[in-house]
Amino acid sequence: MMEKFTKLTGVAAPMDMINIDTDMIIPKQFLITIERSGLGKNLFFEMRFDADGNEVEDFVLNQPAYRDATILVAGDNFGCGSSREHAPWALLDFGIRCVISTSFADIFYNNCFKNGILPIKLPPEDLAKLMDDAERGANATVTIDLENQVITGPDGGEVKFDLDEFKKHCLVNGLDDIGLTMQNADKIDDFEDAQKSERPWL
Amino acid sequence: MAAPKTLFEKIWDTHLVNVQDDGTCLIYIDRHLIHEVTSPQAFEGLRFAGRKVRRPDQTLGVIDHDVPTTDRSKPIKDEEARIQIEAMQKNCAEFGVELFDIDDIRQGICHIIGPEQGFTLPGTILVAGDSHTATHGAFGSLAFGIGTSEVEHVLATQTLLQMPLKNMRITVEGDLGPGVTAKDVILAVIGEIGTAGGTGYAIEYAGQAIEDLTMEGRMTVCNMTIEAGARAGLVAPDEKTFEYLKGRPKSPKGGAWEQAEAYWRTLPSDEGASYDKEVTLNAADIAPQVTWGTSPEDVVPITASVPSPDDFDDPAKQEAAKMALQYMDLGPGTPMTDIAIDFAFVGACTNGRIEDIRAAAEVAKGRTVADGVTALIVPGSGLIKEQAEQEGLADILIDAGFEWREPGCSMCLAMNPDKVPPGKRCAATSNRNFKGRQGPNSRTHLVSPAMAVAAAVTGKLTDVRDLS
Repeated sequence: MMEKFTKLTGVAAPMDMINIDTDMIIPKQFLITIERSGLGKNLFFEMRFDADGNEVEDFVLNQPAYRDATILVAGDNFGCGSSREHAPWALLDFGIRCVISTSFADIFYNNCFKNGILPIKLPPEDLAKLMDDAERGANATVTIDLENQVITGPDGGEVKFDLDEFKKHCLVNGLDDIGLTMQNADKIDDFEDAQKSERPWL
Repeated sequence: MAAPKTLFEKIWDTHLVNVQDDGTCLIYIDRHLIHEVTSPQAFEGLRFAGRKVRRPDQTLGVIDHDVPTTDRSKPIKDEEARIQIEAMQKNCAEFGVELFDIDDIRQGICHIIGPEQGFTLPGTILVAGDSHTATHGAFGSLAFGIGTSEVEHVLATQTLLQMPLKNMRITVEGDLGPGVTAKDVILAVIGEIGTAGGTGYAIEYAGQAIEDLTMEGRMTVCNMTIEAGARAGLVAPDEKTFEYLKGRPKSPKGGAWEQAEAYWRTLPSDEGASYDKEVTLNAADIAPQVTWGTSPEDVVPITASVPSPDDFDDPAKQEAAKMALQYMDLGPGTPMTDIAIDFAFVGACTNGRIEDIRAAAEVAKGRTVADGVTALIVPGSGLIKEQAEQEGLADILIDAGFEWREPGCSMCLAMNPDKVPPGKRCAATSNRNFKGRQGPNSRTHLVSPAMAVAAAVTGKLTDVRDLS
């Protein structure tokens, strides 16, 4: 079901701001939907469009070089705020498959993996280098090699990154968590039986 | 003797269904709250895969985010909201999940009705597709927010795949001063550790000031734990917890209660349990708090002034402060008490409980809402609304010029018609002052209920301690 993530080459867009919250990524008026798709057009809505609905020229994803960006490079604590999975859905629908920052809010971080988006945490000095690379507009082509856990910049410079093995395994193979958990159905049955005798009030 | 454990570890360890070689845990979920905004895609996923809800009896649905807080007898005007609400009604009926529908007296904000019904219990793991699920940690329940894919995972399997959280303890020593509330405590905590300070942790709150809080106050503290970056906040269950829960509709009864209570008494962290991080605050140092910027960490005592970007050492923070001041239309050095407001909002899962409405009424009594200020009181549930009306609080507030509304999330995130217009400024008891949170280009100052009412009656941010 979920698209596999192995290798990605694309333009990286710089968003050199801290605390980019989920309200900025996708404001609440777009959460009134029963679908997962179609949110990309409203990604970063308040930064991307003015009060009359026209594009804000300065905003990075409106600039010609970055309109087809597939990677975001952002400041500390990306995705803080609400649990809305509409945030990764909007990123994905726009075409973003990878977000690079020094840190992510926990819920957003988890939500990315459920949608085939790779969030990469880097130390501040590595992030600063990638932010510089991303500032180069259409020349900011970056390659993310998930299997080898390495980012290659436009000059061929490499940055290694860490990732939890299981999360990587699921992303590389496009695995559906529910299917995996269903394989443990017997253990869930056993747990419920034990709970019934140990904590019968639940 | 077994190694001493924290409250978090005790709950975690009793919920392990499976542990993978890499440490990823499959944990059992005892309680699942669902609402209309983050569940439709999860039900759609179940339907697509031909799956059922594994434990509808451990799942409770409520409509809270989209509902109008005005007359409910009329049809909902916003077509998309109506579609989302109807989807919730249909999904709950089809999958056999109990729903507190719009016309149910028990309807309210999911984090308020869970405790109110005794659905939230100590020692459990409780989740919801909402980051403020941390609220339920006030009962010594490990409670955290999840995304919609995880909502689907819980519906289908009653479990989640998670890595254990680290342990942090925040101790608030001593007694809070007059006019200082649970809301001020948590805002001060966020100011201290920052909005990412708790990332990766479960935060246990301890110390005299926390023990002295009511259950309502503890819920306010735990609620905003996510604003400090931690998914879960916890307070050890004690006599107040048991007293609050006893006799609630979904609480255990009779012999089951005795058994449960005996178990709950074993939950508090053991002497000598170790924490990955410890933070200590002195309650006496905490004044009523108010935010000045667009992140909950942008907070100062009401006695202070708007900071300057130069007050921060980190260039990224300086830039963030500059943008925040521009958005908020505030200049450095302005005393916080000079800032005029247009709106006041008392409500939300942070401060929509009976104690909050009592605090609001106490300040409002004998005063009137200032000219040009629109002030809303939105009770957190139908039962709270009813209780407040019976206690005469609603009359006091209505007489003072406040609008008395139907329960829901309302102006906290403005998904329903309750919005702060562009450029307008609101003293709000909610939990987020993000850009556009209360409506596009709205400006939010987070405060306690007493402080929100103090602002409403004076027309500007005010130190409630100065109102005699």
